[in-house]
Amino acid sequence: MSARSTQAYAGAHGDPNRLGHGEGPSISELGPAPKRIIVGYGFWIFLLSDFIMFAAFFAGYAVLVGETAGGPSGRELFDLRFVAGETALLLLSSFTCGMATIGAAARSQWWFQIAMAWTALLGAGFLGMELWEFAHLIGEGAGPDRSAFLSSFFALVGLHGLHVLAGLLWLLTMMAQVLAKGFREDIQRRILCWALFWHALDIIWIALFTVVYLFGARA
Amino acid sequence: MAEHSREAAEWSPITGKLAWNSIPWEEPIPLIAAAAVGSVLFGTLIWVWRAGYVPYLWREWITSVDHKRIGIMYCIFALVMLIRGFSDAVLMRTHQDLMYNNGGYLPAEHYDQIFTAHGVIMIFFVAMPFLTGLMNFAVPLQLGVRDVAFPTLNNVSFWLTASGALLVNISLVVGEFAKTGWVVYPPLSELRFSPGVGVDYYLWALQIAGVGTLLAGVNLVTTILKMRAPGMGYTRMPMFCWTSLAANLLIVAAFPILTATMAMLLLDRYLDFHFFTNELGGNAMMFVNLVWAWGHPEVYILVLPVFGIFSEVVSTFSSKPLFGYRSMIVATMVICVLSFMVWLHHFFTMGAGADVNGVFGVTTMIIAVPTGVKVFNWLFTMFRGRIRFTTPMLYSIGFVVTFVIGGASGVLLAIPPVDFVLHNTLFLVAHFHNIVIPAVLFGLFAGYTYWFPKAFGFKLDERWGKRAFWCWIIGFYIAFMPLYVLGLMGMQRRMSAHYVKAWEPWLIVASVGSAIIALGIAAMAVQLYVSIRNRAALRDDTGDPWDGRTLEWMTTSPPPSYNFAVLPDVSHEEAYWSLKEGAREKKRLSDRPDYEPIEMPRNSPTGFITAFFTTVLGFAAVWHIWWLVILGVLGAWATFTIFAWRDHHEFEIPADEVERLDRERREAKAQLLGIPKEATA
Amino acid sequence: MNEEEYSKRSDIDRAPGDQNEDEDLDVVKGVRGYVIGLIAASLLTAASFWFATTDLIYEPGLPVFLVALAIGQMGVHLVFFLHITTGPDNSNNVLALAFGTLIVALVLFGSIWIMAHLNHGMSNGQMHDMMRGM
Repeated sequence: MSARSTQAYAGAHGDPNRLGHGEGPSISELGPAPKRIIVGYGFWIFLLSDFIMFAAFFAGYAVLVGETAGGPSGRELFDLRFVAGETALLLLSSFTCGMATIGAAARSQWWFQIAMAWTALLGAGFLGMELWEFAHLIGEGAGPDRSAFLSSFFALVGLHGLHVLAGLLWLLTMMAQVLAKGFREDIQRRILCWALFWHALDIIWIALFTVVYLFGARA
Repeated sequence: MAEHSREAAEWSPITGKLAWNSIPWEEPIPLIAAAAVGSVLFGTLIWVWRAGYVPYLWREWITSVDHKRIGIMYCIFALVMLIRGFSDAVLMRTHQDLMYNNGGYLPAEHYDQIFTAHGVIMIFFVAMPFLTGLMNFAVPLQLGVRDVAFPTLNNVSFWLTASGALLVNISLVVGEFAKTGWVVYPPLSELRFSPGVGVDYYLWALQIAGVGTLLAGVNLVTTILKMRAPGMGYTRMPMFCWTSLAANLLIVAAFPILTATMAMLLLDRYLDFHFFTNELGGNAMMFVNLVWAWGHPEVYILVLPVFGIFSEVVSTFSSKPLFGYRSMIVATMVICVLSFMVWLHHFFTMGAGADVNGVFGVTTMIIAVPTGVKVFNWLFTMFRGRIRFTTPMLYSIGFVVTFVIGGASGVLLAIPPVDFVLHNTLFLVAHFHNIVIPAVLFGLFAGYTYWFPKAFGFKLDERWGKRAFWCWIIGFYIAFMPLYVLGLMGMQRRMSAHYVKAWEPWLIVASVGSAIIALGIAAMAVQLYVSIRNRAALRDDTGDPWDGRTLEWMTTSPPPSYNFAVLPDVSHEEAYWSLKEGAREKKRLSDRPDYEPIEMPRNSPTGFITAFFTTVLGFAAVWHIWWLVILGVLGAWATFTIFAWRDHHEFEIPADEVERLDRERREAKAQLLGIPKEATA
Repeated sequence: MNEEEYSKRSDIDRAPGDQNEDEDLDVVKGVRGYVIGLIAASLLTAASFWFATTDLIYEPGLPVFLVALAIGQMGVHLVFFLHITTGPDNSNNVLALAFGTLIVALVLFGSIWIMAHLNHGMSNGQMHDMMRGM
């Protein structure tokens, strides 16, 4: 895209009914978007598809939550203080992730790497707690093979955990890449996508702790 | 039974459940078929290798990130799989001819695999890749841009789809395929009732191909929403781009549900979860609910882009703008959203009760309205047009007539009380084939014939094309109308034996129909052969063989790798038509632009290598070979990381090269429009 | 396409996740946004956990209240962490999000509604209920 088209289409060919954005040129007629917008938007679409996958698991959980088959229910299993700890770790990691994106925008290797390292630590802590919870439940005989409720619980929370694991792997790869290659434009775009991914995981966790743990501990 | 020997295999840490008797030595049909296909493939490979084409294929096709080449590979892949899926259909039809009183010639469990494989292959490995191929090929050209948003990812998507198909075909020889029907309802598909590897093959193949489909969807949505030639606002996009947008939005929204559902079934089968089991609170209905929450949008994923193809074809060959362009956009987007509100009509009979059935029955009838709008738009586009009865146009007209019948039987089935009578009968089978064959396959053939000259620089032979069309449509009616009758007579789908004399003649008529369809496929093969032989006579020098209206006809046939030397300026709904009109009026082409060097993405083997690892991963997971699973995952991750590490993503095409090619194009256009050559300068 | 062109165009179109900066880069402002987000999210999370463990809220109304808090917190994350705004530069991003949310809602509530009716039909004798219903 060039400046030429921006000017050319601002007035003469813009939309006559001003369905676009008032006085300015209409986005839809500017020609191909810059690469950063394309990449970010594409990843955004992917994330939405990920949300929908989670929705299916949430639906599975909602339908099967009462099917304890004589086994333990959420009320007997969930420890809200433990979950609050997990939540705190993930929320803080979302914050440090934001710091890392600022570090990347400022092109500061130190800032970026330290913020990323903190994010990795917090994320790993979260994952460790989750694994501990899973091991604990399975040890108590409340594994996913015990009842449909526990199957859907392990699948939903485990799916989120798998996402965190993938995010961590990606995070470490990004740290190595920035260290080796610096803040190249394509690497900046990947950092943008990774940050979107990490923040999205936290958004899903909000739904998760509310629907699974808070509802579960009450019911 | 053959089955028992294969189930008995012990698990070993090295080879998992895989053993010598995993291969169905005692079943001649799949083995002979596989041997035949295998030797053809092997022979082709040897020939390609001996002729020295391997480096060319590797460099120019297998690793290509050019959307046109990837699109063509998708289409070739789909056509090959069409033959595989059709041979399954022939086996089923002949089996049903012979099954009165004696159970036919196929062992029941083999027959079960065939009808499952037929559905899976036709939907996932024929219709989907064919569509993705045409969208890949045509959408960026119609939008007037140089490639899709993520060219390398595009290549990855293709190879992942191929990887899934490969797994399905491996199951023919190593192990077995699912015997559950194409949507693998539990509890039948649970480990307890399907202990073999068939369902696992199905699940892993779909998961891998599903990732490919999802990524292709993300890619095309982003391309359409963020990459269009300057001036091409939303209301100037060609209809095919709009319907592709809607279909790909549906892919992005629906395929994750499929992935989730299949993942739940995998967890049930591999890790003893209880989502859909009979025991410990599992609920098989939940699977049915979720799978159709994907499955109904899937119908529209298949049908919407094809509506776009018909819109392009009808408008071009009626020499008129599409009637009701804006109403068509609205209808498309309404279908896009409504398609997520009708899924229960696939299981009216499962006992949701009158309230729920009533709501979904009504939404199902409502969704027929925008579809009807489209039919009228096509009719009015043809009305008083100068119609050229080319092969694509014949497919379009055949589609409108046949599709209306299929749609009407669908509205019948949307009435819950009627559905209670007809559910799971051959009436249903006739209905969805009556939708899918005219509304998907005919559209794909129309698109194939329509865009073939753009892809290869010469037209397909019309005579053989028309022969193929007549075989297809006559064969379709003879093959499927009897199934409506059989359904009303109470014949259930998927039967491998029966004792009702009255059904027999109708089944035989249906087989005659499938034989005529086989002639249609043969005619298409002959058409391809004849066209390649006569390519000199069929050559298209103008890049615009049909007097087209959209931007893909502006560039040469085949287009250069960068599609357009300079991105076209769009100022009209029919971008290319208005340019042609203007040039004819002014007796000159637009001013010669300033050419600049063009950066294009470099080819990459990432997709091919990733697909190699995912195939390994899927195969290993089916047979519980855990070390190989881990290797597959690591391999795929390493491939991506290595790709991300490369430093040079693009190569440059120098400006004078661009200028030279574009000069030839302009001269050809001038000739086409009857403009003196000097005016091109 | 380079960063220069991006900034030229960014008043009308923006990658999701990118901040709407007036200047090229304002570190202080950026950090401030995240801090505000962190504080708001922490408060909302704390409120959720606290109300869930006490009896301050009328019991039958609690789920609705918790869901409201959760949606509020998601909003905070979207605005302060993902920089999704209602501005014209974000309209494509917001539209996509709206589509995704619609589908999530349809799948979730559709499934729950359908399955509740199916379960009801099953437990009370499916055929009986269906006959009455039809």
